[in-house]
Amino acid sequence: MKFFRTLRRSIRDAFKSVFRNFSLSLASISCITITLIIVAISILITFNVQNFTREMEKDLTIVVFLDTDATEEDSKIVMEKLENMSNVESLTYQSKTAIKEEMRKENEVFNEVMSTWSEEDNPLKDTFQVKVKAVEKIADTAKRIEKLDKVSTVRYGEGMVDNLIVAFEAAQKVSYGMVIALILVTVFLIINTIKLTIFSRKREISIMRLVGASNFTIKTPFIIEGMVLGIFGSIIPILTVCFGYVALYNHFDGYLYSRMITLIEPEPFIYMVSGIVLVIGIIVGMIGSASAVRKYLKI
Amino acid sequence: MDLIRVKNVNKQYKNGVTAIYDLNLSIKKGSFVFVIGGSGSGKSTFIKMLYREEKPSSGEIFVGGINVAKLRNSKVYKLRRKLGIVFQDYRLLPKLTVYENVAFTMESIGATKAETRRKVLKALELVGLKAKIHNYPDQLSGGEQQRVAIARAIVNEPRILLCDEPTGNLDPDRSMEIVKVLEEINKTCGTTIIMATHDKEIVNKMQKEVVLLKDGRLIKHLEKGGYEE
Ligand SMILES: Nc1ncnc2c1ncn2[C@@H]1O[C@H](COP(=O)(O)OP(=O)(O)OP(=O)(O)O)[C@@H](O)[C@H]1O
Ligand SMILES: [Mg+2]
Repeated sequence: MKFFRTLRRSIRDAFKSVFRNFSLSLASISCITITLIIVAISILITFNVQNFTREMEKDLTIVVFLDTDATEEDSKIVMEKLENMSNVESLTYQSKTAIKEEMRKENEVFNEVMSTWSEEDNPLKDTFQVKVKAVEKIADTAKRIEKLDKVSTVRYGEGMVDNLIVAFEAAQKVSYGMVIALILVTVFLIINTIKLTIFSRKREISIMRLVGASNFTIKTPFIIEGMVLGIFGSIIPILTVCFGYVALYNHFDGYLYSRMITLIEPEPFIYMVSGIVLVIGIIVGMIGSASAVRKYLKI
Repeated sequence: MDLIRVKNVNKQYKNGVTAIYDLNLSIKKGSFVFVIGGSGSGKSTFIKMLYREEKPSSGEIFVGGINVAKLRNSKVYKLRRKLGIVFQDYRLLPKLTVYENVAFTMESIGATKAETRRKVLKALELVGLKAKIHNYPDQLSGGEQQRVAIARAIVNEPRILLCDEPTGNLDPDRSMEIVKVLEEINKTCGTTIIMATHDKEIVNKMQKEVVLLKDGRLIKHLEKGGYEE
């Protein structure tokens, strides 16, 4: 009971103090707001990039064409060798006959032309579709497959997809770096805000100490004040996330540039991001106020 | 029973000044003690050690069963709850009313609203300020402000009231009023009162227990007496 009374009083004091030193609090809140907006945008981008690189990686396969004269026996040997490669996740085999049948089904003209082909003069090649485990090693794996006997050509999404993934990964690293730097700046600002609150309440604190307030009672309002700053600071970023992302999603119809890059659906994505933003705001506020208390409230 | 026991206490400040030399004394429950001596004799240092604002350099101090010298910073509040402390400069919070200033003690220790209200009104009645509970400190005379400070110190019914020159800023009549209030508290509540002062008139008039310090040393400890150097 006493604990909750103290807590209630702390919360009241924290709110009072936020409004009493309004201009100061506003500076901190603005800074948290800016930081959290950038954090939110970074999170939105990061999650989306992660989402579509994952999507893309799922589709990324190596297509292995065998020599035209490869026998059934040969394809079996190649298959075995492929299966034994460490980076190979799974493979599907399509014989040239199967491919021919599929193509005939798909297109009338093909059907006409191919109907005359006998098994011997089918110019198509037997193929393997290879899924890899680690996409970043796909070029290496392709090279090794190319060296196998009876393999004529190897194709995978060379260039474009590779470069895209590398670029996204770089972008992700930059945004991580930026978020960390901004959080540090915010913590620094909060420390200073709380420091000024502590200084402006020095007299009160010394009297509290004199009349027998416990350290918990003295410290808690300042810790909560930091958290309140964090909560106030996350309001605008959360609104930005909720309305901004939905507007963006609707504007682009869920896709960016091409059908290849799909955006994550707003619900429940925006709620998750809002939650993360709020928690980061509170934690950053708490870290700031806790360090200020440790540094400037020598009790 | 000894409420306060001081054994072989020396106090040397960080700058090398020794303020107390080998102090031994004990104070009984319910006493009213004047701590007297010239300027720089160590009166404030003695009081500060009792409420653990300063730690003795050596020796032991027991206050109400608490070993003050060994008390950890985080536990100081336990000692402070047994004490009331009053200073020459009142140390009230200017933005709070009389009532709020006194209630500040109760709120700081997490008391309920009802208990706070009951005890605050009782304390203000005791110091004779019940009529001015809604005033702010700057609307009060010095003597009245000091009575608010006393109310704040006794509101939680401490066993000991420490006063460091509580009448230092007041004229003789106001000073006498303050000491009468303290005597009243001592009599009705049984609170042990330790008051540092260099007000000869008061000490002579009251004829209470006297502890005389000189250059950091205990010169005299009388059961009953006046001011002498
Ligand atoms: N914080 C401190 N640091 C260093 N020396 C101090 C400190 N406080 C007091 N002193 C020294 O300790 C000695 C005793 O000081 P103290 O304040 O206890 O005297 P006092 O009896 O209260 O004097 P007064 O009647 O003027 O208030 C003095 O020589 C003083 O200069
Ligand atoms: Mg003094």
